[in-house]
Order: sequence, then structure tokens, then C-alpha cells
Amino acid sequence: MSHKIRVVVAKPGLDGHDRGAKIVARALRDAGMEVIYTGLHQTPEQIVEVALQEDANAIGLSILSGAHKVLFKKVMDLLKEKNATDIVVFGGGVIPEKDIPYLKELGVKEIFGPGSSLQEIVDFVKNNVKPAGV
Amino acid sequence: MEKKKFYSTSGFEIPPFLQKYETDLSPPGEYPFIRGPYPTMYRGRRWTMRQYSGFSTAKETNRRFHLLLERGQTGLSVAFDLPTQMGLDSSDPMAEGEVGKVGVAIDTVEDMKILFDGIDLSKISTSMTINAPAIVLLAMYIVVAEESGIDPTLISGTIQNDILKEYTARGTYIFPPEPSMRLITNIFEYCSNHHPKFNTISISGYHIREAGATAVQELAFTLANAKAYVRAAIKAGLDVDVFAPRLSFFFNAHNDFLEEIAKFRAARRMWANIMKNEFGAKNKKSMMLRFHTQTAGSTLTAQQPENNIVRVTIQALAAVLGGTQSLHTNSMDEALALPTDKSATIALRTQQIIAEESGVANTIDPLGGSYYIEWLTDKLEEEAYNLIAEIEKVGVIEAISSGMIQRAIQDAAYQYQLEIDTKKRKIVGVNSYIQEENLEFDILEVDESIRDDQIKMIEKVKASRDNQRAENALKSLRSACEGKENVFPHVLEAVRARCTIGEICGTMKEVFGTYKPVDTI
Repeated sequence: MSHKIRVVVAKPGLDGHDRGAKIVARALRDAGMEVIYTGLHQTPEQIVEVALQEDANAIGLSILSGAHKVLFKKVMDLLKEKNATDIVVFGGGVIPEKDIPYLKELGVKEIFGPGSSLQEIVDFVKNNVKPAGV
Repeated sequence: MEKKKFYSTSGFEIPPFLQKYETDLSPPGEYPFIRGPYPTMYRGRRWTMRQYSGFSTAKETNRRFHLLLERGQTGLSVAFDLPTQMGLDSSDPMAEGEVGKVGVAIDTVEDMKILFDGIDLSKISTSMTINAPAIVLLAMYIVVAEESGIDPTLISGTIQNDILKEYTARGTYIFPPEPSMRLITNIFEYCSNHHPKFNTISISGYHIREAGATAVQELAFTLANAKAYVRAAIKAGLDVDVFAPRLSFFFNAHNDFLEEIAKFRAARRMWANIMKNEFGAKNKKSMMLRFHTQTAGSTLTAQQPENNIVRVTIQALAAVLGGTQSLHTNSMDEALALPTDKSATIALRTQQIIAEESGVANTIDPLGGSYYIEWLTDKLEEEAYNLIAEIEKVGVIEAISSGMIQRAIQDAAYQYQLEIDTKKRKIVGVNSYIQEENLEFDILEVDESIRDDQIKMIEKVKASRDNQRAENALKSLRSACEGKENVFPHVLEAVRARCTIGEICGTMKEVFGTYKPVDTI
């Protein structure tokens, strides 16, 4: 059994901007984690399904289209429904400062806006996510 | 002591200074057009100031269009929301949360009519950033002209219609490559007969660069895609000198000021050479690379956002010194949200200051002949040709299907980010000269309720249309897709019959299928 942290990096909705998501996926992998990237145009249902199937410890959501309030909420609701709230959810993209309290209230642990460094994100995951079996 | 070395963003080592000057460049308006496609350039006609805009409903965006036109904008550029770009109705489950967000929501030609209300389509040129369903939105634009009594042969503008870069960089694809290429050549053919003033494609390096490519990759991947379109059209039996004059390009203006200027010049010379020598074009207009430029959105920072005005100014100046035909200048708040009226106006004013006050538009290609600019132009050209050859060894579509191009862009993007993380590359306000600040900013927001308004509008259109006509139109569209004829007239009829974009693209999807991307991570 692997003791690596398993992270699903996901692109919910119709947004096609995946530069950030792919860079973060790669940085997490270079930091020794198992990373599953969903590809574009995923529904919240598909993302939660992948996270459960892959026994993910964390989900990173990337949205630059402005649909974050609706789509983050759907992901969080589904995790609750599936009793999977132990999965740590974090996000990034073009997300205005004033939306962050709302997202955190939903249970999203951290939001990384434009200008965040990869090290910050890697450190966040290492400090907040425990791999299974540890 | 080790001497410090300097590199351009494409990684060329930069000499401290150069002492020779080029004197044997051909003049602007002459092959290979390195100094510009037209003999008089901005002395004869300024670049078109064309701000990409669109959000919320057609009515709201129409209001922004009128505001921009009143403030001196000279062309329109429509941003569509993601459901529209994906060929989905606002009522589609996948559209939830996305309606009206990154652009205007368009479901039927009735929305399109509202979008252009009070704007004379025979007088203004309109650019539409629409790719996979380009044929539908262009048909809607034509029908709006028709129904408002404008001679549709007079409409002018550009559709982006560049599917290949959607697969590699921008992500709004619907159909697989083969039927997508057919739709594109159908548009080339139909427009060359019926809408001769319309640019039928805008082959885009912009998004390739935004996805993280270098200047060399932007040039190479864009021109390789362009060659694929030309080959597809020739294969479909079209005459190169009939369709090629309506091909246009779209490049990014990034931070490295001199390298960007050289890039635009290299693109012109390369395209002229490719069209003349590889495709045997005889018409001068087939060899002339005309392009739109947008300043680089990905260089804007959320930190100290007012600094973005300065970044945009430098990038816009590079586009003008590089001889662009039209220009979009980004708004300072775009790393945070949609631009407000105020920030959109400052962005437009930036272009106006360059045009009216800086004096750079008074002479043509003022940097031409500078040894450094010519050296960089040669260097970019040489490296881009090498990269094109590499891609063409496997074939452009194969290089996309296998993920080869996507991986190359991702590598460059990752490298760039690591340089920022390690401060090898400094970004003011992000990794250097940081200051405490309040990131709360006056931003524009789109309310979720507009989806309900759009859904009501679709219901209204469906209730008042001739359903038999709509059904027949979709039926004949389907059989055209199954056969070999040009599908454009059938899309036009479906639009006239008030079919929705979701119905039209849904019908095409049933015949063509959808694109399944390869995993490149």
C-alpha cells in the first residue's frame, strides 16, 4: 500500500484554461505525490466519482470562468452526500477576494489566486493532507 | 570574474550591442512584407481599435458596445460565454454557473439581434471569437444583417474559426478534427462566394502563448496550423488564391518588447515565403499576413493591479511597432474579474494615446534595419522553421492527437513558472517589490439569474416559431452532414427557422461525434 498523498486535480465546468491546473499537477507530482488530472469539461459528479474511485486524499479545483461559486458548492455538497468530507478540497483560478469567505464556509480549505507560488501550494498540501494508511 | 549573460524569453543569448545595420529590406507592401503588408501602413489607415468584450445578456453587452463606440473604438469584438462557445443552450445542465460569465450568452438569432441593436453592420467590422460552432454564429450574424435590410455581401469582420489551437491550447472543442476541418473549408468556400469581405479564419497564436508557449513556439505552432488549413482547403478543391486572401492571424503581445516586435516581422516574412514557395500562390494578397494582436492576459497580476496599465502599454507599443492591423488592450483588472466600464475605458485610452500622442505611427516599421531587431527576426524565423519541420515530420493533426504539441507547451509553461518561483524571472509586485495591499477591488459581477432569463427567452422563441420549419431545417442539416455537400446553407436555414445553437450543434454532434482529448499529464 502506497503512503503517497493522492490528489485529484480537476477542471469543473466548461472552462478551457488548463495552464494553471497542469502546472500545479506537475509540481505536486514532482513533490512526490500521486496526481490524477481529470482533463477539461468535468461535471462535479464526475470529479467526485474520480476522487472516490482513486481513493484521493485531496481535490484541487481550478476555475477561471467565474463559475466557482456554483461549481465549488456542487462538489462540496456531493462530498457531504457521499460521506467523503475527509477529502481536503482546495482551489485556484480567477477568484475575487470577496468570494473567498463564502467558499471557505462551504468547506474549501484554501484558495490560491493569481501570483501564488508552486511552493506555497505544495506546502499547503503537505501540511494539510494525510496520505491513507498513515 | 564571470560575466552576466542576458537572454530573451525564447532563450536566445543577447549580444551587448551590435554595430551593423541592414539596408536591403524590401519596402512595406512588397514581398516578403517584413516591413508591413501595406505600402502606407498607419499613415494611410490606423490599426483598428477593437476591444474584446461581452458578458451577461445580449442587452448588457449591446450597452457596452455602444459605450466603447461612443468613446472612440473603431471595430467590434464579441466575447461569447462558454455554453455558446461549446454549442450548448443556456438551459443545458453543463451550462449551470457559466451563462453570461466570460462572454455574452447567445441561444438563438433573436439574442444576436439584440446584441447588434442600433449598430449598422454594413459600416462596422465585427470580430467574433467563436471556433467549434463558428458556422452557427456567422450564420446568425448574416441573418441579422438580412433581416435588418442590409446587403449581406457588405458585412465585414472576422470569425476565429481556428479549431486546431482549441485542441492544443484553448479547450473549447466539440467535434473531432476531421469533421471540424470540413466545417472550416465549407466556411471558406461559402464566404468566398457570398461574403467576400469577411475574414473566414483568424489563425491564433494568442492562446498558444497564453497556455505557456515561447515566442518561437507561438510562431511555429500557429504557422503549422495555418498550413494545415491551407492544405485541407486545397484538398477540398478550393483555389488557393481565392480563399487565402481572407485568412487572417492573431498574435499575442507579451512582455519581451523587442522580441515581440521581431516576432511579428518574422511571422510576415515566413507566411509570404510559405504561401509563395510551398503553396504556389500568385495573388499578392494570399501572401500578406494580416494580424490582430491582444496584449498578454497571462502577464497581468492580481497584485498591485494598476501596474498592469504599464504592462499593457509596453505590450501594445510592441504590437504597433510590429505593424498590427488591429489591437485589443487588456484592462488592468483582468487577473481579478471582468473589466469594469472604467478599466475598459482606460485600456482603450492606452491605444489612443499611442496613436495620437506618441508619434510612433507616423513612420513605417521604425525599428526595421536596427541590427538587433533584424538579428532577432532572423533568429526567431530560423528556430520557428525548424520547429515546423519537426511537427510536419509527424503531421500537424497527428502531433495534436498524440499530445506532442500540448506537452511542448506545458514544458515551457512549467519552466516559466519555475523561473518565477525561483526569482530567476522577476515579476514586479509578485516575487519582487511586494507590498502589503488590500486585494478587494471594485469588480464587475454577473448575476446567476441571467440563466433563467435566457431560458425564458429560448422558451419564448420556441413557442412563436414555425416548429415544422425548424424540424425540417434540422433534418436537412443532418443529411447534409452525413453527405458531402457544403453544410453552410443548411445551417443558415436552421438559424432563420429559429433553431437554437444547442439544437444545431446537437444535430451535428449526432453525425460527427465529439473529440476525446489525449491525457498529456
